[in-house]
Amino acid sequence: MNTQYPIKRIIDDEGNLIDASYQDQLNEQLVKDLYYHMHRIRTFDRKAISLQRQGRLGTYAPFEGQEASQVGSALALNADDWMFPTYRDHGAKLTFGADMMKTYLYWNGRVEGCVPPEGKKIFPPAVPIATQLPHAAGAAWAEKRKGTKNAAIAYFGDGATSEGDFHEGLNFASVFQVPVVFFNQNNRYAISVPIEKQMNSETIAQKAVAYGIPGVRIDGNDCFSVYFEVKKALEHARNGNGPTLLEAVTWRTGAHTTADDPTKYRPEDQGKGIVEPLLRMERFMKNNGYWDEAWLAEIDEKIKAEVEAAVEAMESYPKANVEDLFDHVYANMPLELADQKESYLAHLRRG
Amino acid sequence: MAMEMEVKDIPQKKETTQFLTIVQAVNDGMKTLLETDDTVMILGEDIGKNGGVFRATEGLQEKFGADRVIDTPLAEAGIIGTSVGLAVNGFKPIAEIQFLGFIYPAYEQIMTHVSRIRMRTMGHFSVPMVIRAPYGAGIRSPEIHSDSTETLFTHMPGIKVVCPSTPYDAKGLLIAAMEDPDPVLMLEPMKSYRAKREEVPTGKYTVEIGKGKKVKEGTDVTLIAWGAMMTVVEKAAEQAEKKGISCEIIDLRTLYPIDREIIAESVQKTGRAVIVHEAQLTGGLGNDIVSIINDTSFLYLRAPIERVTGFDVPVPFFALEEDFLPTPARVVEGIEKVVHF
Repeated sequence: MNTQYPIKRIIDDEGNLIDASYQDQLNEQLVKDLYYHMHRIRTFDRKAISLQRQGRLGTYAPFEGQEASQVGSALALNADDWMFPTYRDHGAKLTFGADMMKTYLYWNGRVEGCVPPEGKKIFPPAVPIATQLPHAAGAAWAEKRKGTKNAAIAYFGDGATSEGDFHEGLNFASVFQVPVVFFNQNNRYAISVPIEKQMNSETIAQKAVAYGIPGVRIDGNDCFSVYFEVKKALEHARNGNGPTLLEAVTWRTGAHTTADDPTKYRPEDQGKGIVEPLLRMERFMKNNGYWDEAWLAEIDEKIKAEVEAAVEAMESYPKANVEDLFDHVYANMPLELADQKESYLAHLRRG
Repeated sequence: MAMEMEVKDIPQKKETTQFLTIVQAVNDGMKTLLETDDTVMILGEDIGKNGGVFRATEGLQEKFGADRVIDTPLAEAGIIGTSVGLAVNGFKPIAEIQFLGFIYPAYEQIMTHVSRIRMRTMGHFSVPMVIRAPYGAGIRSPEIHSDSTETLFTHMPGIKVVCPSTPYDAKGLLIAAMEDPDPVLMLEPMKSYRAKREEVPTGKYTVEIGKGKKVKEGTDVTLIAWGAMMTVVEKAAEQAEKKGISCEIIDLRTLYPIDREIIAESVQKTGRAVIVHEAQLTGGLGNDIVSIINDTSFLYLRAPIERVTGFDVPVPFFALEEDFLPTPARVVEGIEKVVHF
């Protein structure tokens, strides 16, 4: 299957172009856009870990090492497409237009963090595993019935492929030929369980055969490859040809969450040979004369300021309103719940 | 300040009725919804060409097309999960789960997503959808087809649960459920599906969610039940009347949110209550009703409240299902117990 589903690459670890057919498309603007967003979400991610260590944020799920997969896929979307992320895909969310301050709020235990900007179709992150795949199929189905050219993308990890909802989501999408892209980030570990113990198949992409849909394996650390393959899959979907399963093979550099210690289950040297996506892109840029220290310093300063401002706004955000505990469960609050709310508010008033 | 003119609805035509069973009324309700709202879709197993295993969707695919009345793959989580995506994106799915006993693969989707999307997004996303499921024992179904696990859902914040016992209420509650901005689970008593017919208005009308119905006036004891147990309770009341006991009967109709007023008003009058449900005793809805009576009417009680329910066992194979289900005789015993306390 490895030979039937070869890993698609546009640049290699040294940043050399290995698929010349993309030469003209890798223009300076695109290259800089991709690098900018990867640098931005990495800065966000590292700041989040630091805040968690200082007790200023709750348990956090880092994505370092997966920036190419998240940025490449998110930038391939159209503004009106749907995104169904997991709890590790806030890099993709931020790239697609989620609010940075609210993304920090989410990790600080605030429900406000799930509310997307008006008009942005970003679903709350899936916390159980694979449940978002049928949602994405359903939202895409609705777009098909409305006759639009919009598509949906569902993010999920390697562990999710073991869940029943993975099968049900892909099967529904394929039976009803809906415009959805199933974007798998195979970072090779589901918390502590390596991919070899997760499945007895050599690849995730090959599972597409069972659904009669295209399956493509991508180098998930090659941002170009991710970007162009997701774009292709989205076009395929928009043109009425149904879903695609994409497997972006990547590597989670850090822990599953800030509460996790990967040294317990990962050999220390594992992953050492993997060239992380920003370095790879930097090498490509240097090879092609796009690298510019002044530009880097400029975006770095801009991004740091954005992140600092987001953190400050998060920390000065009004305290959680106790009424929100009750107010959003139903459109019209049932009497029973209204009584509970009233009784608790009275308790608080009594001090 | 300008005076507002009150404009009264002028009936367009004289209302007509049809003589329908519960399952026909459910069918008519779905037909009415499909006719009046283009965003309504029906999803389920065997519901299209076959018209549903109980014929609840008979003729609907033929009339409204295969893209609105959809034979789905055999996958409950997929049906509910895709319905979530459809509902947040402008459609109003009615998802049929073939039997309540088969809903459990979809439990995660309902518990974690259907009931929680509004809360998790502070109302930015919502899933106005209806899940229909035939429930209950007493029709000699194969095993696992006869569950009555309503409290798995009444315990779940964010969803409402209704359970009609008459054709009129079945159609009216179904339409109200679809018009509700929040998800509603409608449990349909399969034992009563074809048990009786009554006049059901054609066209659109609703039965308010959250309102019970007083089925019979009485003075000595309040009997509270819903769904298929209404028949059992009505028979028990007839037998009790012969013994000189006057029973008031309440059909709860909505299991969440429960109509506390109708319960309190009745129990404060009679001073006694017998709650009847076919679900298991422990964790059953009867306990919530006892609590409501405790909260609202404690000082009016003249006897401890009696619960006549299924036992704390899995719903049995059908050879023993009549022993599992409350019978009129068991309900009469319960009535006598509270009256002669």
